[in-house]
Amino acid sequence: MNWFIIFITSSVGKKLVMAFTGLCFVLFIIVHLFGNLTIFLGKESFLSYVEDLHRSHKYLIPLAEVFLLIFGLLHIVFGLVLYIQNLKARPISYNLRKNAGGRTVGSGTMPYTGLFLLIFISLHLVRFRFVEKITQNDFTILINTFNNLGYVIFYILAMVALGLHLSHGIWSSFQTFGVNHPKYNGLIEKGGILLSILFAVGFASIPIYIFTKLS
Amino acid sequence: MNGTINLTLKVWRQPGPGQKGKFEIYQAKDINIHMSFLEMLDVVNEELILSGKDPIAFDHDCREGICGMCGAVVNGKAHGPKKGTTLCQLHMRHFRDGDTIVIEPFRSKAFPIIRDLVVDRSAFDEIIIAGGYISVNTGSAPDANSIPVPPQNAELAMDAAACIGCGACVAQCPNGSAMLFVASKVSHLALLPQGRPEAAKRVLSMTGRMKELGFGNCGNERECEAVCPKQISISHIARLNREFLKAGLFSRET
Repeated sequence: MNWFIIFITSSVGKKLVMAFTGLCFVLFIIVHLFGNLTIFLGKESFLSYVEDLHRSHKYLIPLAEVFLLIFGLLHIVFGLVLYIQNLKARPISYNLRKNAGGRTVGSGTMPYTGLFLLIFISLHLVRFRFVEKITQNDFTILINTFNNLGYVIFYILAMVALGLHLSHGIWSSFQTFGVNHPKYNGLIEKGGILLSILFAVGFASIPIYIFTKLS
Repeated sequence: MNGTINLTLKVWRQPGPGQKGKFEIYQAKDINIHMSFLEMLDVVNEELILSGKDPIAFDHDCREGICGMCGAVVNGKAHGPKKGTTLCQLHMRHFRDGDTIVIEPFRSKAFPIIRDLVVDRSAFDEIIIAGGYISVNTGSAPDANSIPVPPQNAELAMDAAACIGCGACVAQCPNGSAMLFVASKVSHLALLPQGRPEAAKRVLSMTGRMKELGFGNCGNERECEAVCPKQISISHIARLNREFLKAGLFSRET
């Protein structure tokens, strides 16, 4: 077998794939959040941002989308394989199992928040990406979506899941890459949690803002 | 502090490998609080034997926390509620009169139950056979300090070498992974010049063997270091990960 296939399908290799693709998503999320927050500057700023993004990065955007799709599929498939292998590693579960102090809400719910985020991202893409944009624009789609309280609640819940997923995911990715050093551990752990909170609050603020102010 | 306590034990009983097991309830009466957990089980077993019943089978040897033979999941935690101790070093003063204690064997696909609380941990030996050693010619002892070892590295290597192979890390890991055990050995040898020549081969073959034996994958949940009786840090897992990246991408080993 090819050495690279052996490498990435090994126990640690699968974790490396999860960590690498996960960190790429974090980079995407940073860009996505900054872009979305232009809604707070008003309708014109938001629409001109959307237009600029797609006009001035004509090739970059489709390329990024292809990579996001491939990395997304890898993250899902490897995550599923890890989940199933880990379940099989303990066929009979404990009658009583307690947290010994290492596990966090984020780390203990990774597969579930991940699944929820998959559902969210699918619906999110159907709502905002794979939709006709001739009779409506990104702004009107946004307003129509978040006039609906159901959508607002769903988006807020999804962002809570995102925050939880990343509260473990960011730190965990660094650990998987072997970045564990007394000089940086505090920064990585606290920075990861801070970023997770910022992402969750930042994204969740948009539906709340639209529902309360712009509808 | 003197005194005795009465306890209710809920113990996993299983007559043999692959057989159906179930929880049995036992009363442990007048238990001296200075007893170790295993001594408490000894008392219960004596009563069981006197009443013509099968004693609870559990592993033990040195009973001073250094051999790695004992261990069970007590009230949901491997080696019980106290940090940094093996089950034999857990004393009954950490329990209260009237407590119910749930005692289960270490549960992992790679650790089949032999009987009651006794599990077969020879999977750990298999992992060691895969590379947890250095190849040297035997002969007279080498001169002291003929190979320079920085004291910080010697200390770190010793921290990893403190692993007694009890298996608590596997038992507590939500994923049933043996990463802390494997990392202890990989890290211990990777930190020392004697271990460097075989470092790449070692990390790949030991982690590969771990997977083959049915252990799970590390999820960085940190539960292992929380129950490790030798309090081995997951920074050793990070070192294993670095060794793995180096070996997988830049060495000639596969």
